[in-house]
Formats: sequence, C-alpha cells, structure tokens
Amino acid sequence: MADLHFLANPARFRRLSQRVLPSLAFATALMLAVGLYLALIQSPPDYQQGETVRIMFVHVPSAWLAMAGYALLAGLGASLLIWRHPLAALMARAAAPVGAGFCAVCLLTGALWGRPMWGAYWVWDARLTSMLLLFFLYLGHIALSRAYDEPERGDRAAAILALVGVINLPIIKFSVDWWNTLHQPASVARLGGPAIHPTILVPLLWMAVTLLLLFVLLVLLRTDTEIDRRRLENAEVPA
Amino acid sequence: MSGFAALVARDLRLAWRRPGDVAVVLAFFVVATTLFPLGIGPETNVLARIAAGVLWCAALFAALLSLDRLFAADFEDGTLDLLLLAPWPLELAALAKCAAHWIVTGLPLAALAPLLGLAFGLEPDALLGLSATLLVGTPTLSLIGGLAAALTLGARKSGALLALLALPLCVPTLIFGAGAVEALATGGDFGAHLALLAALALVALATTPWAIAAALRQAGE
Repeated sequence: MADLHFLANPARFRRLSQRVLPSLAFATALMLAVGLYLALIQSPPDYQQGETVRIMFVHVPSAWLAMAGYALLAGLGASLLIWRHPLAALMARAAAPVGAGFCAVCLLTGALWGRPMWGAYWVWDARLTSMLLLFFLYLGHIALSRAYDEPERGDRAAAILALVGVINLPIIKFSVDWWNTLHQPASVARLGGPAIHPTILVPLLWMAVTLLLLFVLLVLLRTDTEIDRRRLENAEVPA
Repeated sequence: MSGFAALVARDLRLAWRRPGDVAVVLAFFVVATTLFPLGIGPETNVLARIAAGVLWCAALFAALLSLDRLFAADFEDGTLDLLLLAPWPLELAALAKCAAHWIVTGLPLAALAPLLGLAFGLEPDALLGLSATLLVGTPTLSLIGGLAAALTLGARKSGALLALLALPLCVPTLIFGAGAVEALATGGDFGAHLALLAALALVALATTPWAIAAALRQAGE
C-alpha cells in the first residue's frame, strides 16, 4: 500500500514513467516483431482451422486484456473513492479507451475469424454477446467520465460506475449464458478438439505477454498526457 | 422511517398533481409496442412468439424515459441539498425516490402490459405471467435507472448518456423477464425464472442505494 501512495504524487509518477517508458517501448517493439514472426510465419497452420488460426494469436490476448482492463478500471475507481488517490482518476481516464480498444480488436478479429469458420461474421453466442456488453460498459465509462464540465466530477461518477459494473459483470455473463442455452441450442460447431499443441501455445503466450506490455505502455503514455492536460487546464485559470 | 414515508408520499403527490408526466410514459409504452406489428407484419404466430421480448424491451425503454427527471428537479431547486443535510441516511432517501418512481411507472406498466399482450395474441396464462414478471422485474429497472440518473446529474447530454449507462446493466433483468414468459409458452420452468428475477431485484435493492447515495454526494459537492 505504501508503494501505491508513493506513486500518488503525479510529479513522482511522472519521473518514474519518463525513466521507464523508452525501454518499455523498445521492449514492446522487439517482442512484437518476434511475436509476429512466431505467430504469422513460424507456427504451423491448424489441421482444422487452417491459416485462420493465426487470428487467434491477437484475438485471445485481446479478450484477456479487455477483461483485465475493466478490472483495472474498477481497482482505480476504488482507490479514487477510498483514498482519493489523485493519480487513479487520471490513469482510469487513460486506461478506459485502451481497454475499449482491445475489446473492439477482440470483437473485430472474432468476426473475421467467424466468417470462414462458422460461416457468419456474428452469431448470438454467449461469449460474443457478453464481450459486446463489456464493450458497452467501457463506452458508458468513457462517456460518463467526459460528460462533465468539471473533470473531477466525471472521474468520480465514472469510478462509481466502474465498481457497479464490475459487480454486475459476473451476473451479466451468467445470465447471457443462460439466455443462450435457453434460446438456441448450440447452432455453431464448437471446436472441442485436443488441448492446444505447444507449437500454437508458445506463440499465443508470447503474444499475450507482448500485448500486455503494449497495454501497459499505452496506459502509462496516456496517463502522462492526462497529467499534462490537467496541468494545462489548471494553468489557464486567470488570476 | 417516517422520513422515508414522507419522501415517498411527497413524490407521489407531485406525480399526482402532474398526471401528464405518467401519461406520457404509458403512451410511449403503447405507441412503441404498436410499431412492432406494423414493422414486422400482422402474422399472429410470429407476434405471439416475439410478444414477451417486445413488451419487456418497450417497458424497459419507457421506464428509462421517465428517469432523467428523477433527481434533476430536486438538484435544481435545492431539495437535494436538504436531503444531503438531513439527519437520516441519504441511502434511505435514494431508496424512497426509486420506490416512488416504481409506484408511478413500474406498477402502471405491469397493469397495462396484459392489454397489449392480448393484442399480440398471448395466451391468458402468459398474460398473467407477463404482469407478474413486470411486477417483480421493474423495481430492478427503477433502482438501476436511479443509479444512472444520479450518476448523470448535471452532465451534458444526460438523457442519452443515462440510457447508455443503464441498458447494459439491465440486460439480466430483460433476459429473465422475457425468458419467464417464454417459458410459460414452451413448457419451461416459469418459477425458476421468476425466482431469478426476484434475486436480481434483491441484489439491486441491497447494493444500488449505496451507489446512488455516493453519486448524489459527489453531485452535491
């Protein structure tokens, strides 16, 4: 906890992030280059999915990060409401569009994969639908945090929303599962298949770590920008 | 508790003196449902099949439509400041406001829905079921909508924003509400759906007043 409070000071956070960002960006770029080689060239095509399995190397980590991103928003919201952590608001503001972006990437790559494999860009499958609802929750958070003339009010309203959303996510997920089994008995072939082979699993995990670094990089970068923006706004107040 | 009752009575009196506000919501409910047969076509079996979903969606929209004024009037005329200063919990005040909203919109919607269901060709037991699910489900809509109303208090473009916030959170209620009526038609377990609907309402009852109160406090600062 003491470490978190150490970072609560935006100036201190800033010094740290300035030191970390260049090497983090370099590491992400390097990992991405290797990861794309592993995923697109080196790994073999799947015996059932063919070349389309390569979409999974982006799709699956995006889904993980989209879900982790909302948990991060809720954590930041809690630390804003409980400890009035000044940096948490800025970081939540920075992280929400990044999480929404990963959510969108997950939905889009899923649609591109679904067309050749399932024969449709979109099916009302439980997992697809709950991902779409997660995307809507992100949109609500982004819209609410930017809906006020005083940014602090938007930050705190969005923090409450993130906490309520994180309590509701399991309920939404559960009810969508229920709805799906109720309305349509599995109309799409599911690939039960054997467990993932190492030639696929290694690039997948590699890409997951890479995209996690990208997520952290983007959030840190955008938090820095938010600090600048907030300073600019405060500086404009006439004497 | 007397404060709770007084606040509910006050909101009901306000609604009673301006019956037009409630009438508009109910009219919207009727007009919106009427559009579906016009858009989809008059085949009775198709209409009976989609009736539960259509009526539930329309009820959800109608309930949301009336929510953006739930705290706004109190916010503007200073009543909210007095509620914040009052010696009894703000959570209770939030609950009272939502309860009054439910009496004014949820109850009439549940009473009106069977009439519309009749026009969609629902069976008599499905009509009763529809009313029952709306009775059990609309309190959740009032509570979640109340939270969205409190969060958007004083925001720009609050009406559309309110819907964007509340609708994803209302999805479970919609699923079990419409699912219950459908279960009646297909021989599924109606009681299980209704119990889950009640469980959602209880969860909302136990959690949203705190969140609404927190939102109102930061709006009042």
